[in-house]
Amino acid sequence: MQRLTHLERLEAESIHIMREVVAEAQKPVMLYSVGKDSAVMLHLARKAFFPSPPPFPLLHVDTTWKFQAMYELRDRMAEAAGMDLLVHHNPEAKERGINPFDHGALHTDMWKTEGLKQALDKYGFDAAFGGARRDEEKSRAKERIFSFRTASHGWDPKNQRPELWNLYNARKSKGESIRVFPLSNWTELDIWQYIMAENIEIVPLYMAAKRPTVERDGLLLMVDDDRFPLEPGEEPQMRSIRFRTLGCYPLTGAVESEAATLPEVVQEMLLTTTSERQGRAIDKDEGGAGMEKKKQEGYF
Amino acid sequence: MNEHSASDPVYKTDALIAEDIVAYLELHQNKGLLRFITCGSVDDGKSTLIGRLLYDSKMIFEDQLATLEADSKRVGTQGQEIDFALLVDGLAAEREQGITIDVAYRFFSTEKRKFIVADTPGHEQYTRNMVTGASTADLAVILVDARKGVLTQTKRHSYLAHLIGIRHIVLAVNKMDLVDYDRETFDNIVEEYTAFASGIGIEKFTAIPISGFKGDNITQAPSDNTPWYEGPSLIQHLETVEIANTAAQARTFRMPVQWVNRPNLDFRGFSGLIASGEIAPGKPVRIVPSGKISTIKSVVTMNGDLDRAVAGQSVTLTLEDEVDCSRGDVIASADDPPQVADQFEASIVWMNDEALIPGRAYWLKLATQTVSATVAEPKYEVNINTMEHLAAKTLELNSIGVAEVTTDRSIVFEPYEDSKALGGFILVDKITHATVGAGMINFSLRRAQNVHWQALEITREDHANLKNQKPAVLWFTGLSGSGKSTIANLVEKKLNLMNRHTFLLDGDNVRHGLNKDLGFTEADRIENIRRVGEVSKLMADAGLIVITAFISPFRAEREMVRAMLPEGEFIEVHIDTPLEVAEARDVKGLYKKARQGELKNFTGIDSPYEEPEKPEIRIDTTAMTPQEAADLVVDKLLGGG
Repeated sequence: MQRLTHLERLEAESIHIMREVVAEAQKPVMLYSVGKDSAVMLHLARKAFFPSPPPFPLLHVDTTWKFQAMYELRDRMAEAAGMDLLVHHNPEAKERGINPFDHGALHTDMWKTEGLKQALDKYGFDAAFGGARRDEEKSRAKERIFSFRTASHGWDPKNQRPELWNLYNARKSKGESIRVFPLSNWTELDIWQYIMAENIEIVPLYMAAKRPTVERDGLLLMVDDDRFPLEPGEEPQMRSIRFRTLGCYPLTGAVESEAATLPEVVQEMLLTTTSERQGRAIDKDEGGAGMEKKKQEGYF
Repeated sequence: MNEHSASDPVYKTDALIAEDIVAYLELHQNKGLLRFITCGSVDDGKSTLIGRLLYDSKMIFEDQLATLEADSKRVGTQGQEIDFALLVDGLAAEREQGITIDVAYRFFSTEKRKFIVADTPGHEQYTRNMVTGASTADLAVILVDARKGVLTQTKRHSYLAHLIGIRHIVLAVNKMDLVDYDRETFDNIVEEYTAFASGIGIEKFTAIPISGFKGDNITQAPSDNTPWYEGPSLIQHLETVEIANTAAQARTFRMPVQWVNRPNLDFRGFSGLIASGEIAPGKPVRIVPSGKISTIKSVVTMNGDLDRAVAGQSVTLTLEDEVDCSRGDVIASADDPPQVADQFEASIVWMNDEALIPGRAYWLKLATQTVSATVAEPKYEVNINTMEHLAAKTLELNSIGVAEVTTDRSIVFEPYEDSKALGGFILVDKITHATVGAGMINFSLRRAQNVHWQALEITREDHANLKNQKPAVLWFTGLSGSGKSTIANLVEKKLNLMNRHTFLLDGDNVRHGLNKDLGFTEADRIENIRRVGEVSKLMADAGLIVITAFISPFRAEREMVRAMLPEGEFIEVHIDTPLEVAEARDVKGLYKKARQGELKNFTGIDSPYEEPEKPEIRIDTTAMTPQEAADLVVDKLLGGG
């Protein structure tokens, strides 16, 4: 008798989900955001189809405002996996010069929400893998692993298909598409443990180092390039910081930390008491229903 | 309030984390995983219990806790104390938004195990949600309010948990604080439950007296308030109960093939999740249903080939021989393969607003096989409150019954009680693509086992070649009086003059003979079309061009016939005549009778006509004569355009 550990069972489940999608969808794609969850998802995809490369491309819906370190890792990981990397920039957002400093919520809406819809429509993908987990947030806890979107990419939480055993119904009506979440049952700690167990490369920004920072509206922001508009007299300060989640650098708050290795990061995570998404500005809009509302509008 | 707090040894210890994180992580790398479901309504304190489990295991962060404390004071039901229920409910907010939570999944862990809890609140849709949540659970916690004892809903939850095959039942007698931790009250409830449980086949269960609110017997037992209790605490029990996945390893090897991995000509692997047993290189295996035998060459993973793999692992197998094997096949141990059949008795849970239509074809997905299947009229429906068997013509939303299921080709299966992976299936509506039902195979039916397909030497191609034509079925559909029979007759005359071998099956004529036992109810109309479909298929096999003229109002049945025939041979001809035009013609006087209520279930009047979405040929009878229509049909058939 061989007792499987929780990580082995989570891995087996995620791989099973990915293979079902490849067997049943016509044109799948993996959304790749370069964060730690994406890193785990990509690693699982490589394991699922080994020795073949994963039989679908990676899609990065880019905002042009990610950390430089993310772009660097993104290109390298796609190549190592032997997968095509598609990068989409919303042309309208580009033309209008939408940016996080001047446009606030519109920045996320146009680059990410609209950009994602555009990219999926442009390539005609009918199933898109995403790295969301159920433990992240209230509305995710009740979302199915195979989650359907209407032709306009909306999510209808009241009209979800029952999902029994490990039998996934991937049949869709015309115009519908599927978001598939193979990491649904992983927790943040599982992700970290798996990264360590499997030696998965992640963006170094997750580990503490001295970086140039300024403080804005209670968030500690990193000055990642010279597009960061400094206020008169404002001087970036070198602080030892790390990031718990990664997004657009002007919207992602860092935490002051000395945790420079993976075990130290996990140690800090286990001993801290603020939930993961708190460093992100996005969930704070529209009260507690922020994420749910965004998802109904087509945000991943 | 919090006498068993987060500092209990069952939960992660801040001291070890702070002192030696590497040692801590090593310890935690090897936890097991238990999935369970909690059953009970809001009144039983279910949300409070789950909230406490999350709280005690520190799955709640400071910011969430701050919100919780504020909410507890504002809207909580526990005075100044923390109302754990608010953590999981969020119900007020959700009701305001008009959103019902159906099944939510929660996570927590102790030092020994990680847990996934399926939380299915609310009374509405209870059966559907509970069955969904229970389908992946190893264990069910059935909550009972100590003041109320075993209620109808306790029985319902227990029946559903047992039906879905959960082998570990915990009877959690909650709110013991409100009955002064009285032993006799607890013993009486256990006694009553024992009598009920053995009656429905639950052989053993574990009863624990708890208080979700006060924390008694949740993490440690016995609590100071229940010195008389000798069993484990809830968490201790959850940490030690056997995981179903481990039990599956003891059975024979089976792996449904999900995907064939062919990166190049030198590698051919079969990927899947091992459903039961274990496998190792050198083991003989049989591919089912083909029955071909081979030997395992290697168990491939990205981290290197494995010496063995067990139930619950996702692997890729290579075989010593070049045997046919594809998605839907099952690789099994050579000496004990699973059965193959096309007729079953199954327990079915209906999950859709539109009731089951006996005889209608649905997609059936079992493991990695997807086939077309029909469900017969149920043998009976189960009253889930009393477990009585009731006569039933159909199954409505949230009802459970037993019925015969017939698939259009044989599938590999095992009875559900032996294997959830090869005995559980879902039913999918062919038009809406909704998951409408879930089923559990009890056994296959004898006649399917003993009737084998006879391979014939003269093939359908031989028949067609002799007639020098390509067989086809021209399927005319449209309202009564639309002109189907008239045009179909003209088409057959034309083809006959062109030396084509044809046969016309007309709706009225068939009802005088083959189908004279059928009426006009929805079920009978479906059977009518099924028989005509089968006859058409036989005639097409014989090489004929078959022309049929039936109202055939339902899309699903026309698609069923389409699926019976080789691709391209089913040609749907929609005779598109508006209702008012057909009614104005009323050649047979039927519309008049229907309008007067003398004819029931008349298509277009009190029974729907579902127009074809993409017919191969559409005839607008208001724009062309019957002769022009016939010319068009013949042109399309022979010209291929």
